Amino acid sequence: MKQDGASTRRRTRRQWEKGTLVPALKKAPERMAEFTTLSGVPVERLYTPEDLEDWRPEEKLGLPGEYPFTRGPYPSMYRGKLWTMRQFSGFGTAKDTNRRYRYLLDHGQTGLSVAFDIPTLMGLDSDDPRSLGEVGREGVAIDTLADMETLFEGIPLSKVSTSMTINAPAAVFLAMYLAVARKQGADWKQVQGTIQNDILKEYIAQKEWIYPPRPSIRIIVDMIAFCTRHVPKWNTISISGYHIREAGATAAQELAFTLADGIGYVQACTEAGLDVDSFAPRLSFFWNAHSDFFEEIAKYRAARRIWARAMRERFKAKDPRSWTLRTHAQTAGCSLTAQQPYNNIVRVALQALSAVLGGTQSLHTNSMDETLGLPTEQAVTIALRTQQILAEETGVANTIDPLAGSYFVESLTDRIERQGLDLIEAIDRMGGIVAAIEQGFPQREIAEAAFRYQQQLERGEKVMVGVNRHVESASAPIEILKIPPSAETRQIRSLRRVRMKRNARAQRRAMDSLLRAARGGRNLMPSILEAVEGYASVGEICGTLKTVFGEYREEKTHF
Amino acid sequence: MADRGRGEGKLRLLVGKVGLDGHDRGVKIIARALRDAGHEVIYTGLHQTPEMVVATAIQEDVDAVSLSILSGAHNTLFPRVIELLRRAKTSIPVFGGGIIPEEDIPFLKKRGVKAIFTPGTSTQDVIDWVARNIRPGAQASRGTEARREKPAPRRRPGKRR
Repeated sequence: MKQDGASTRRRTRRQWEKGTLVPALKKAPERMAEFTTLSGVPVERLYTPEDLEDWRPEEKLGLPGEYPFTRGPYPSMYRGKLWTMRQFSGFGTAKDTNRRYRYLLDHGQTGLSVAFDIPTLMGLDSDDPRSLGEVGREGVAIDTLADMETLFEGIPLSKVSTSMTINAPAAVFLAMYLAVARKQGADWKQVQGTIQNDILKEYIAQKEWIYPPRPSIRIIVDMIAFCTRHVPKWNTISISGYHIREAGATAAQELAFTLADGIGYVQACTEAGLDVDSFAPRLSFFWNAHSDFFEEIAKYRAARRIWARAMRERFKAKDPRSWTLRTHAQTAGCSLTAQQPYNNIVRVALQALSAVLGGTQSLHTNSMDETLGLPTEQAVTIALRTQQILAEETGVANTIDPLAGSYFVESLTDRIERQGLDLIEAIDRMGGIVAAIEQGFPQREIAEAAFRYQQQLERGEKVMVGVNRHVESASAPIEILKIPPSAETRQIRSLRRVRMKRNARAQRRAMDSLLRAARGGRNLMPSILEAVEGYASVGEICGTLKTVFGEYREEKTHF
Repeated sequence: MADRGRGEGKLRLLVGKVGLDGHDRGVKIIARALRDAGHEVIYTGLHQTPEMVVATAIQEDVDAVSLSILSGAHNTLFPRVIELLRRAKTSIPVFGGGIIPEEDIPFLKKRGVKAIFTPGTSTQDVIDWVARNIRPGAQASRGTEARREKPAPRRRPGKRR
């Protein structure tokens, strides 16, 4: 009997089901009626060549460093250079944080990542009444260039690459960083780093905003235009899914909303007259490394493919560097539990492994105590060691994209890609991501997904060990880092000293120039730099811009 | 205040985000769960000052205020809201949740916070606590103190602390 290969396989699988599987299931049924990923994607019992029947590796995968980059953005991946181990950190005053940075650099960390406190993220000074109780709590408090100088004291900005997690007031912090670099004698053309600068995900998820979306986008376009000319190695936006996921999104929503944000930025820049290949290579991404191992790997791979196609086909980018999606990843804070906190070390290790198998360019591993407070030195060291063990002991960095060709991983990659593309198309139909945000679309979708997951957790359909299964009556307390309230008073005192000492007339002149730039169409960056170098505070600069751009607010709602 | 046409056991609750932190995943889940449990729920929106929360609580004539704080500023913000409510001469009870270390809870309770729910709490636990501990007409019942604190229910591991 003559048969083609595919039907032979199909017959074999049917035979297996009938002859082997069904009798076994009769004796011992499966654990659940339905298996799904953490995001609710159905997972079959078995994947076989049939699942990849129409799947062409040359079209879906390509090769590392080549379109569509499914296998990774670089030709040699971790065989050439390991991912950057970058622990996000910051607390108290600039002096406290500077000490932690030097500790991390001494212990083998290869890049810095600045966590700012919430007043700073909102563009408020430490002595603003709204900052009360929050100064230096969740990150470092920075008010003026003087703090930034202290933050990087003894750290050569020409050598270290720095990532700054700041969005709404990002332009001010880029200016401060460049001012410190200039004072240290570093060449701006050589300065390397990343500023998160992703305001769209703030409206969607993290919600640390200042101005409404449209003027915020204008500031970002100005920053990109400025960096393209003066700071060519700077990564101008880290388009972030991390916070979208933390807010409760599914993997596909994280993927889609983030890529839609990216498309929104590229659109705004090209509309402002920038050539896509002049800035697109400096855009980077930031994913959440969550707990569903294979789903996450599929997400990173699908993201690279969607981005490559969007850049090449939608925006007609010609430079292959514009097509590549380079990414940072951080393990999922929301997956950690306050209960039995040592278990978090294991969660983080597995999440980190999936990010590495998914081909991330840099990685932050969370510390086990992050549901309780900012990490202690011991906890952050274990988190860093976790990455070093993955990189140097396990062998996972020795070959590129090792899961390629897996029937399951490729099927899941295709499926998540499809779900992502569907959502991106829905956003396109709404008129793009800004319009979708204004209509509350991603916000609603995420809140819905978060509620659904909470219910699944409470019904025991999804499991968090130590929370709804394998619960212990008491767990050993662990050490928690305490931020003394004195950080706030110290910071306010030092801010007032800076205000007293600076040149008031130069200060007023800089603010006038900033106002004129904001009202007109001139690039804002030179005026912001001038203000920063005259020791204007972040609150003063953002406050001035607010008078022109207005303020974004969330209204009271009746549920 | 006159009857607002509430059903049996139905409460009017303000859930609020006070301070600057933008983590609203939990607060929205709680708001929706309390609504699904039959209460009227008003959500303040993000980035409220204690003054704004108290003004809304009084204006909306709520039976309780529930605050979500994940910024570490709980020791400042909870007492501030309670102090402002006291100054406004109301006895609207305040409870809340967020990332709050165990060791801060006695301090917050002493300052008048009725309950603190920490990560891992189920929405049902919050709904049950509200049903047991919050009575309609907090403002009207001022001074009568009819509702004495019940003994705290036995602590379940990893839930409310």
